Amino acid sequence: MIPIIPDVLVEYQSEIWVSIGESSIMVGFSVLAALLVGLPIGTFLFLCRKGQLLENRIVFSSLNLIVNIIRSFPFLLLVIFMIPFTRFVMGTAIGTAAATLPMMVIAIAHYSRLVEQSLLDVPKGVIHAAVSMGASVKDIIFKFLYVEARSALVLSMTTSTISFISYSTIMGVVGGGGIGDFAIRYGYLQYRTDLMVYIIIIIVIFVQIIQYTGITLARKIDKR
Amino acid sequence: MITLQNVTKRYGTFEAIQSISLHIKPGEIHGIIGASGAGKSTLLRMMNLLEKPDEGDVIINNKKINHLKGKEIRHIRQSLGMIFQGHNLVGNKTVFGNVAVPLEIAKVEKKHRTERVMESLQFVGLETFKDKYPRQLSGGQKQRVAIARAIVNDPKVLLCDEPTSSLDSTTTMEILEVLKQINQKLNVTIVIVSHEMDVIRSLSERVTVMADGQIYDVVDIKPTGVHKIKKGAATFVEQLKSGGDSNHS
Repeated sequence: MIPIIPDVLVEYQSEIWVSIGESSIMVGFSVLAALLVGLPIGTFLFLCRKGQLLENRIVFSSLNLIVNIIRSFPFLLLVIFMIPFTRFVMGTAIGTAAATLPMMVIAIAHYSRLVEQSLLDVPKGVIHAAVSMGASVKDIIFKFLYVEARSALVLSMTTSTISFISYSTIMGVVGGGGIGDFAIRYGYLQYRTDLMVYIIIIIVIFVQIIQYTGITLARKIDKR
Repeated sequence: MITLQNVTKRYGTFEAIQSISLHIKPGEIHGIIGASGAGKSTLLRMMNLLEKPDEGDVIINNKKINHLKGKEIRHIRQSLGMIFQGHNLVGNKTVFGNVAVPLEIAKVEKKHRTERVMESLQFVGLETFKDKYPRQLSGGQKQRVAIARAIVNDPKVLLCDEPTSSLDSTTTMEILEVLKQINQKLNVTIVIVSHEMDVIRSLSERVTVMADGQIYDVVDIKPTGVHKIKKGAATFVEQLKSGGDSNHS
């Protein structure tokens, strides 16, 4: 009889659960940062573009440059580059909490760009109509832009979350732990290739679930 | 009602509107016609300050509005309905949701919104479509929803920017009939911009003819009525019979 859960996973199950918890913290806080900070920044980037409601070349160029620089960093170098800042903010540069900070920074930059791109797809006529109705910028954002771009925003968040999972796998460098770090330490370094393969399968399953959920939700809320 | 006094609008060195003065009388249907690039849409958009004049004044009900800012401009716009060539509806909102938006913006109490939205939808004959989404409607129905949205706030003026340009002749007649009813039954002043002579002649009592950013003439006419509209196939046949506009080689 083939066991449903391989023995090696049973053997390491407590460590695996801890690793999944660490990954969840890193990815969860990144998603939260993306939503709470990346979404407003992306919206502001869009609104400051040429021809948009808050057109401002200097603000747009500056913000655009910052987002581009952060996104251009190879992630591992960003983590190392940020160590002094992380130590200043978190009191330490080691551990899951400290590893979460650079993840949040890249999450904000990543999602803000996708938000800006999603909002560009909203027909200009819809914004013109909103202005003609006497809508304020806040009204335009919440009653028009986010409503019309909602499925694109959900898909962007799906793509971002999957990228965050990928980023989280290298956070072992600063002692962040996580499921990727577990696969390297217990699977690769201890020559337990079978364990590494199982962990990769677990990550693939997670990614599939997130992708499926995102696509299903985006489809459900898209009425255009 | 609406008065434009020596208004000028420039885009760089190009003068789109050159010192135009025009008075829109209360209750009238005023047509603005001209070739593409004549400045008719820019002139219309100045009336609700979607385009701000570089010179001159926009006066609504004896009040200069072109120096107003922020909240005051938004308040003025809430009292002027506007429809466009495209319906510009929010695809992710239902018909009801789209029509309710101006009331939400104007912070009308929720309990009054439903009644007013349904009244507007009844006026354009789409009350049974309230739960549909724009993609489930025809072009004419979408434009009627846009009209319902424009009148839900009880505006005194309705600005129409080429509202029938993308519609066939039958649908154009339907839309023009709705506009006529809005003028007559709701006593709403209508300013309609079009490059189609039949559309302007069918409704307007006064017509401003524009060319190269200036008023060429303002003419009083007797509206012909919406049944005279010819578009699409009928117009093509007429043009072919008269020998014009035929480019077949």
